[in-house]
Amino acid sequence: MGRRVLITGLSTFWGGRLAQALEADPGVDVIIGLDTREPTVKLERTEYVRSDENYSILSRIVRATGVDTIAHTFLVVDSTQMSSRAMHEINVIGTMNLFAAASAAGSTVRNVVVKSAALVYGSSPQDPYWFRETDKRSGQPRTRVERSLLEVESYVRDFARDNPKVCLSTLRFCNVIGPDISTPFVSALEMPFVPKVAGYDPRFQLVHEDDVVSAILFALDKQVPGVFNIAGDGVLPWSEITAIVGKRGIPMPPFGIDLATAPLRRLGLVDLPPELIDLLKFGRGIDNSLFKEAGFRYQYTSAGAVAAFVAALRLRKTMGNHDPAYRYEEDVEQFFRHSPAVMRDHPHT
Amino acid sequence: MAHEEQERGPLPTQTAALVPVHLPPVADEPEPLDDPRTGDVDEWGRSEQVRAFVCKAYDPVYRHWFRAEWDGLEKIPTEGGALLVSNHAGAIPSDAPTIMHGIETKLGRPVYGLADHFFKNTPVVGTLWARAGGVVAHPDNAYRLLREQQQLALVFPEGTKGTSKTYNERYRLRRFGRGGFVEIAMRAGVPIIPIAVVGAEESMPILFKVPSVAKVFGLPYFPVTANMAFGPLGALIPFPAKFKLRVLDPITFDDIEPDQPRYSRSRIMDESEAIRQQIQEALFDMLRQRRSVWMG
Repeated sequence: MGRRVLITGLSTFWGGRLAQALEADPGVDVIIGLDTREPTVKLERTEYVRSDENYSILSRIVRATGVDTIAHTFLVVDSTQMSSRAMHEINVIGTMNLFAAASAAGSTVRNVVVKSAALVYGSSPQDPYWFRETDKRSGQPRTRVERSLLEVESYVRDFARDNPKVCLSTLRFCNVIGPDISTPFVSALEMPFVPKVAGYDPRFQLVHEDDVVSAILFALDKQVPGVFNIAGDGVLPWSEITAIVGKRGIPMPPFGIDLATAPLRRLGLVDLPPELIDLLKFGRGIDNSLFKEAGFRYQYTSAGAVAAFVAALRLRKTMGNHDPAYRYEEDVEQFFRHSPAVMRDHPHT
Repeated sequence: MAHEEQERGPLPTQTAALVPVHLPPVADEPEPLDDPRTGDVDEWGRSEQVRAFVCKAYDPVYRHWFRAEWDGLEKIPTEGGALLVSNHAGAIPSDAPTIMHGIETKLGRPVYGLADHFFKNTPVVGTLWARAGGVVAHPDNAYRLLREQQQLALVFPEGTKGTSKTYNERYRLRRFGRGGFVEIAMRAGVPIIPIAVVGAEESMPILFKVPSVAKVFGLPYFPVTANMAFGPLGALIPFPAKFKLRVLDPITFDDIEPDQPRYSRSRIMDESEAIRQQIQEALFDMLRQRRSVWMG
C-alpha cells in the first residue's frame, strides 16, 4: 500500500508545488489538500477539501482518510498578507489543531513535515554569523510573525516529545528566491529601485524555490526526524544581490526607518515588513550542514539562486507574464476525478 | 517507505510533464554547484579589495606615525589557527588595526578582528569594519574561524573596560572577561598567542568620561581625550606615540581534548589569569626599557 498524504495549505505556492510533485510519485496513493481557498495550480488527482483557517475539521479528515503523512506548508511567514489575528489563527491555532488530530487515539499519522522559517532566529547585531539548529535567538522576538512562528515551534517540540513514534521534521527555510515565488523579499528586488538601509550592507543567504520543494519531498521520503536549516551555500552582501539583479538601491535612513516607510506603506507602494527591515540591517546566515549530512543535495547556491531569479526576470521582461491563469472549477474537477465516463489508466485512481 | 528507482512503474506522462522538481539524486560525490558570485566579500563580510585599500591607506600611519616595531613575530604561525590575545587601550584604540596590519603585511595571511557587536550596529562604520576584517565576537564565530577554517583571530579580552580606562590607569590590565577566550581556544584546539602592546595608551589618552552623554547616544563610553584639544578633527587623530609590540610564547593546551561541550571552569580561570599576568609582566618590562613615549 502506498502512502496517504495530507497537505495543509494546498492553495499556497508551496502546497500547490508539493502536490504536483507528489502526484508524479507512484508510491503515493492518496493526496488530500486542505485550504481556505481553492487551488491555484492544475492538479490531476489531489483531492481538495475546503476548511476554515484553523482546521477544526482536521481530526475528522485524519480519522476518515487514514492519512499517514502530513505536510504542514500552511504557515504564514509573510506578515504583509494579513492581520495579526488572522495569522495567529492560521499559524498557532491551525498547528494546534493539526497536532491534536495527529496525536488523537488511533491516529494513523506516522510522518509530519513542518515548513517553518529562519525568522525564528531573528536578526540582530549580537547574532552568530551562522545559526545552527540548536542555537537560540539573541533577543526577544520583535515582530508578530516571529512570535507566532516561535509559538508554532513550541507546539512542534511538544508534539515530538509526546509522540516519539511519529517522525517529525521541522524545516527552517531562509529567504526564498526563484522564478515564480512572490514574497516581500522578492518584490523588493522587483521594484525599479531596490530598498536598502543607508550605511548597512548585510550578509544574505538565499534558497531557490525548487530546493525548497525538493527539501520537503526529501524529508517526506527519507523520514529524517529533527529540526533542519534549509538554505543555499554561501552568503552574499545585499549590494551584490542588487548588482546581480541590475538594480540601483534607494537608501532609507538608518534611524526612524519605520516612520520613513509608513507613508509608502499607506500609499501601497512599498510594504516592507519589520522583519525584512531588520534583515536589511543585520542580515542572517544559517548553517545548512545538518540537512546536507542527512543526504540532501542542493541544486543552487545563494548566488546561483539569485542568478536563476534574474534569468527568469529577463525572460518575463521580454515575454510578459504568459502563464495561463488557472481557475478551479469544482464540478469539472469532480467530473475528472470521479465520473465513470472518464477512462483512467492511472494505476492509483 | 523509500522507493527504489527500479520499483517505480512508468511515470504518468501527463503529470510528469507538469512537475518542475524531482527528488535530487543522492550522489556520494556531489559536483560543485555553479556559484556566480560577482563580489569578493567572504562569509564574514571581509573583502580583500577593501582590505588591500585599507592596508595601503594605513601603511604610512603604521610606518611613519606609530613607527610600529615588532619583537617575536616569528612566534605567530604561518599556517593553522591561533587565537591572538592582546591588551587594549586608547579611546579609539589603534592597537587593533596596528596588530592586524603588521601581521597581514609581514606574514601574508588574514587576521580577523573579533570585537563588540556595537560596531555591527553602527551604520557605515560597521560595514567598513566588517569589510576590513572585523567580526562580531561570538563564541560560535570564533570557533568556526579557528577550528573549521584555521584562521588567525585577534581578541581583546578586556573589551571596552580596557579602552575606557583613564590615563592615570594606563597599562594596568583590566579583568580578562570571564575567560571565554580560553574556552574557545580549548574547544577549537588552537594555541593562544599573547601580544603585549605599548603605545596605544598614549595615542589617545582619556582624561575623564561623561557617562550621561554616552547614555544619550547609546555608546559604550564617552571619553574626553587630550586629542580633543586639537579641535573636532584632531579628536579623531591619535598622537604619534611609538608603538612597540611583543609577541609572547604561545600557550597550547595539549592535555585538553577539543570539541568538548564543557571545560573546567577553574582551569579556564587559572589559564586566563596566567595569560593576563604574562601580558602585564611583559608590559612592565617594556615600560622599564622605554625612554620616551614618542621615540620609544
